[in-house]
Amino acid sequence: MNNSLNNSPYFRQPASVQSVMLRVLAALIPGIAAYVWFFGAGILVQIALASVAALAAEALMLSLRGKPLAMFLGDGSALVTAWLIALTFPSIAPWWLTVCGTLLAIVVAKHLYGGLGQNPFNPAMVAFALMIVAYPQLMSQWPAAGATDFATQWQAIFGSRQIDAITMATPLDALRTALHTAEAKASVASVLGANPAVGGLGGKGWEWVAVGYLLGGLWLLQQRIVTWHMPTAFLAGLALVAGLFNLIDSTQFAGPLFHIFTGGAMLGAFFIVTDPVSGTTTPRGKLIFAAGVALLTWIIRTFGAYPDGIAFAVLLMNITAPLIDMYTQPPVFGHKNGEAP
Amino acid sequence: MSALQRLFNFNGGVKPAYNKEASIGLPIAVPPTPTLLVIPLHQSIGGMPRPLVKAGERVLKGQRIGGADGNVSSAVHASTSGTVVAVEMRLMPHTSGLTALCVVIEPDGRDEWIPRQPFDFRSATPTQSRDYLRDAGVVGLGGAVFPTYLKLNPGKHGRLDTLVLNGAECEPFITCDDMLMRERAETVLKGAVIMREMLGAGQVLVGIEDNKPEAIAAMEVAAQAANAAAGDAAIKIVAVPTRYPAGGAKQLIRVLTGIEVPHGKRSTDYGVQCFNVGTAYAVYEAITLGQPLISRIVTIAGNVGRARNYEVLFGTPMRDLVALCDPLPDSDRVIMGGPMMGLRMPNDSVPVVKAANCILVGSRKLFPPPPPEMPCIRCGECAKVCPSDLQPFEMYWFSRARIFGKTQEYHLFDCIECGCCAYVCPSHIPLVDYYRFAKSEIWAHESEKEAADVARQRYEFRLLREEREKQEKAAKLAAKTAAGRERAAAALADADKPAVTPEQDAKKALIAAALELARTQKAQVQPENISNLTPEQQAEIDAIEARRAEIREMAKPHVRQND
Repeated sequence: MNNSLNNSPYFRQPASVQSVMLRVLAALIPGIAAYVWFFGAGILVQIALASVAALAAEALMLSLRGKPLAMFLGDGSALVTAWLIALTFPSIAPWWLTVCGTLLAIVVAKHLYGGLGQNPFNPAMVAFALMIVAYPQLMSQWPAAGATDFATQWQAIFGSRQIDAITMATPLDALRTALHTAEAKASVASVLGANPAVGGLGGKGWEWVAVGYLLGGLWLLQQRIVTWHMPTAFLAGLALVAGLFNLIDSTQFAGPLFHIFTGGAMLGAFFIVTDPVSGTTTPRGKLIFAAGVALLTWIIRTFGAYPDGIAFAVLLMNITAPLIDMYTQPPVFGHKNGEAP
Repeated sequence: MSALQRLFNFNGGVKPAYNKEASIGLPIAVPPTPTLLVIPLHQSIGGMPRPLVKAGERVLKGQRIGGADGNVSSAVHASTSGTVVAVEMRLMPHTSGLTALCVVIEPDGRDEWIPRQPFDFRSATPTQSRDYLRDAGVVGLGGAVFPTYLKLNPGKHGRLDTLVLNGAECEPFITCDDMLMRERAETVLKGAVIMREMLGAGQVLVGIEDNKPEAIAAMEVAAQAANAAAGDAAIKIVAVPTRYPAGGAKQLIRVLTGIEVPHGKRSTDYGVQCFNVGTAYAVYEAITLGQPLISRIVTIAGNVGRARNYEVLFGTPMRDLVALCDPLPDSDRVIMGGPMMGLRMPNDSVPVVKAANCILVGSRKLFPPPPPEMPCIRCGECAKVCPSDLQPFEMYWFSRARIFGKTQEYHLFDCIECGCCAYVCPSHIPLVDYYRFAKSEIWAHESEKEAADVARQRYEFRLLREEREKQEKAAKLAAKTAAGRERAAAALADADKPAVTPEQDAKKALIAAALELARTQKAQVQPENISNLTPEQQAEIDAIEARRAEIREMAKPHVRQND
């Protein structure tokens, strides 16, 4: 008889952190495909850069912390962070911007807080927030749909000089800049109507990337990796607040569909807000958390100084997550109807 | 009938591979009587029964060898006739490898019963009936072995709405209840009828997971007969959806009645009580046949060539049963119970006890060791499958950090240790082990505190007593000196009065004679009181002495061991 054996339960469902993370990566693929279709293969270079940097940083930190390399490198969590960084950074950002952001995410936001499962803040959003504060110009240069060939993008990423010709303000950026400037004549309709980067629903091309993320997100729902609470509360919350202000003054405030299909909204709804480690875990807590992110996102987008508000909104809500969880504990079996008779 | 029953749902649960087919092919068999029976005295929740036999004594089948001790305890009986060869500490069927007092019996092969008489519970008082079942050793046979007599109490209203019979049997591999219901449905329901009368229950709902169609069919036939005989339709057989742990008492009560019984509350307060089908069978045997609980049906399954159910005498070594079922060569462990909640045995020589519904033979191939533990990523899978609606990852977090107060805030003691959380955890964290650890730490802390409280109370009482004695002594002394002074004064005053009268003399002689008589009577009675004791009385005295020694031990100043 062997006494080193484990206790009950003696068998387990075949599940692993690795399989969860790999499925999250797989769910990003439709969005990435649309991205490549509309904006060129530069994003693939960024994904590769971020992935290599993330794995290298992960390996370094794991060995410094004396953790088993193979087990943790294989868990796929660093890759998820890397891909999210690549997808939220401009695809023509210089290589060092992506690499520095990734290093910050893995080394500081993840491992200095204790590694997998311990980080209070979403690492990818930490990277985005730090980089947009440090390099607002570089972080705001986005390629226009269909305007850029791969060679130019490659040069933008690895070249020494900036290529202003291929960049274009995103619809969110354009809208905010126009509405905030002194010529008070601008309205949502006039700004968006004049902007060639605006498509049917959101940004030209971006709306299709958003559809790709939506498809991947629905698959994650079907796979039971995310629950319906966060995506629903986030998208509904964003639509609600945008719709409300759009009704009040449609010249100053963009409508709900625009908000949902531009920027990182759809990516955020299914892949960023839903990060289990730094978010809330109770059903009611998830609703509150995601609705909070939505509200803050809309406020920052509308009144703030940065092109998109999701990163800051997520980080701010990360702070509140433990508190929300504490106050939204679901009732335990037998305690649902108050005290016993 | 069953189609009309409205069913409710419980949250969570998992659907593991059931693996029940292997052990339902053959009927229940009786294994050969082993050469030595090792019967642990402690086979139920509650107090350890007192041994009633000594080495060398001959015992009959069904003879009480362990008497219930305390308010929560249940008797233990000789499983066959033979000679007691020892009453000694033996290895218990528990993972910890602890030993406990066992009665070792060498069977004589005659299988000679004690005189068996049915118990007329209808003319007995409820207390008499309960005492009878306590002394018949009937305990819950679903695995929890809670003394049945304590649960056969209708509670404050004097009657119940529903008696639930648990035939769900949700743990993989186990089929003992399935086979019992298939082969002895009528007897099970006869037991249920007795229980229903004792509880004054309105209806009897028998919950069976819908993966046991044969058992459901057999029970339906028996229920129709029982209902026809009683002239009502009180017994209903209900197929419940197959989902582990639907056979948890609270989960089954919820599914059948919609009632949620909170942790620490009596289900009778909610008008419902739940028993395993095997327990109903045991109640019938005890009441109607006058046979105490000496055997049970045990599934032998897992890494064996020929899985089967046996009706096994308590005290039979597990190894004997496993040997009957062609264990495969790579077998490396024996588990008592199922793969979700079972206990790994310290070795295969431990005896079958009342809790042993299944002997599961394991191997590395069948139950591979879990992959290395990863950090929790708070994915919440565990919370989704928790049938008690707990937040397992939070309890894990605080158990790991040894913040036990917080684990209790997250309702650690509502956890039924069903193992669903660990079953689904993508980080392969042995979550239930963490909860067992936290619970045992909390229990240890509480009993330590209790012992300290007892010691403190005793110390304070001693101080009080010493103070009182001091005061009494001082008062006595003061009285004595005062009396002395008075006497001296009185003697001085009475100096010239005549001495004792003859009348007073006679009175004194009478008193002296009475005192002498009392003394001699007392002297005659006293020795008789402690000689010629029955073993039961002697055991009781021993137990009291042991308890006193224990209290003395507890009262000693405690040295806390820090790690």
